[in-house]
Amino acid sequence: MTGLSSTCRKASTEMAGIVIAGAGQAGVECAFGLRAAGYAGEVTLIGAEPGLPGQRPPLSKSYLKSRGTEAPLPFRGAALYDRQRIGFLAGCALRGIDRGARRLALSDGRALDYDRLVLATGARNRVLPLPGFGPGEVLGLRDLADADMLIARLPGLRRLAVIGAGFIGLEVAAALAGSGIAVTVLEAGPRVMARAVSAEVSAWFERLHRGMGTDLRLGVEVARREPGAVVLADGTRIAADAVLVAAGVVPDTNLAAAAGLATGNGILTDDLHRSSDPAIFAIGDVAMAPNRWAADPVRLESVANATEQARRVAAHLAGKPVPDPAVPWFWSHQGAGRLQMAGLARPQDASRVIEDTGEVLVVERHRGGRLVALETVNALRLHMAARKAIAPERVPA
Amino acid sequence: MVQVHFVAHDGTRTSVEAEAGTSIMAAAVANGIDGIVGECGGAAMCATCHVYLDPADAARVPDRAEIEEEMLDSAAAEVTGFSRLSCQITLEPGLDGLVVHLPQSQH
Repeated sequence: MTGLSSTCRKASTEMAGIVIAGAGQAGVECAFGLRAAGYAGEVTLIGAEPGLPGQRPPLSKSYLKSRGTEAPLPFRGAALYDRQRIGFLAGCALRGIDRGARRLALSDGRALDYDRLVLATGARNRVLPLPGFGPGEVLGLRDLADADMLIARLPGLRRLAVIGAGFIGLEVAAALAGSGIAVTVLEAGPRVMARAVSAEVSAWFERLHRGMGTDLRLGVEVARREPGAVVLADGTRIAADAVLVAAGVVPDTNLAAAAGLATGNGILTDDLHRSSDPAIFAIGDVAMAPNRWAADPVRLESVANATEQARRVAAHLAGKPVPDPAVPWFWSHQGAGRLQMAGLARPQDASRVIEDTGEVLVVERHRGGRLVALETVNALRLHMAARKAIAPERVPA
Repeated sequence: MVQVHFVAHDGTRTSVEAEAGTSIMAAAVANGIDGIVGECGGAAMCATCHVYLDPADAARVPDRAEIEEEMLDSAAAEVTGFSRLSCQITLEPGLDGLVVHLPQSQH
């Protein structure tokens, strides 16, 4: 039997081996990656959500737009967990790490021993410390349960306020455009997706969203909620029957920090994704790792980063050559805009517009005269070429 | 159900059944076919679900859309006239028994 119930169930024997905590893109890829790399020992995967782990990127796009009818893809079919001998514990969260005993405390009260532990516990949505924005008072969008809760609220909903004009907030606005629900996006910064893209790409998407009927307000400070409204610091009332907070995420480092692992903006790791305890690795959204395309360690929130780190750790633990990292890349899909980024730009990096036809936008990002990233809207070929061409910032000895 | 036969680069053949309406990529990933990655979840963003249609089957599969043409340009393995992104092909009863060949690598 595969442990797909909503309670913790162990599908294999209780021998120590490799335990992977977190069944998102990084954790699942690592579990199956261990088998692909020839690892024959015990592999146990722990997932806090009930059910079969599945893709999250569609939740804010096709899943929301189709009101939940286009179900997101499971990473692997249920039968494969048995066939590949992945002991999967669904609906089971990590509660504590005893590094001395190499023993984990689980949410069902049981203990689980490990020889090597891979932390792929991800991140959680940032909570705004404002009146009326507590848990249960606002919607969020990170996992399937969040998406289902949002979709359940849509029938009869007239006005939705989205806090934050990052990828998730804008993808939600695009998915709801034309549905009869008036969406207002409230962003504290002066432009959309300011952390991730150039001012030119921000402007392209601001035009797109306003053209789709989204009420996009930039440089506004949210103060509190009142019945039927979000109130800004300047007293402006934004009518809203529901509020979705999409103000970024914070890495889930509490357990790691409590266990004495080095943490900062994520669990700190070396080039091979080892934490400050060599028996414990960290991958995906929770990990702060050296990156060849950045001068300093970075914590990346992307599918490409999660799967690459997972495959590298799997190869290392299986005693196989560790594959070289590739150029980091990201994507977002909002209405008619297919946005792709290759490389790692910082907000202060210079922009050079290479092509701007209205439908297509291509922007190079430069630092010290060197190309560090390419941002493309509706220009797939150039994006894919950049993923082979952008040179690393540094190469470890 | 629609049956699809995957032929790995080493010649190993695996047959899977999928519900009509799912993509070839989704059928492969759900059934653990090594050699199809589908990293972007079927959004035509990553070109890691590249397959070759069997020449005998090519005529009964709808043509590539422009977005697929563009992404295929940068697939890791050699791109031929039979190359497709398997996330862009939806399985229908008319495709029952389809044979697809897998490239050596998707990265």
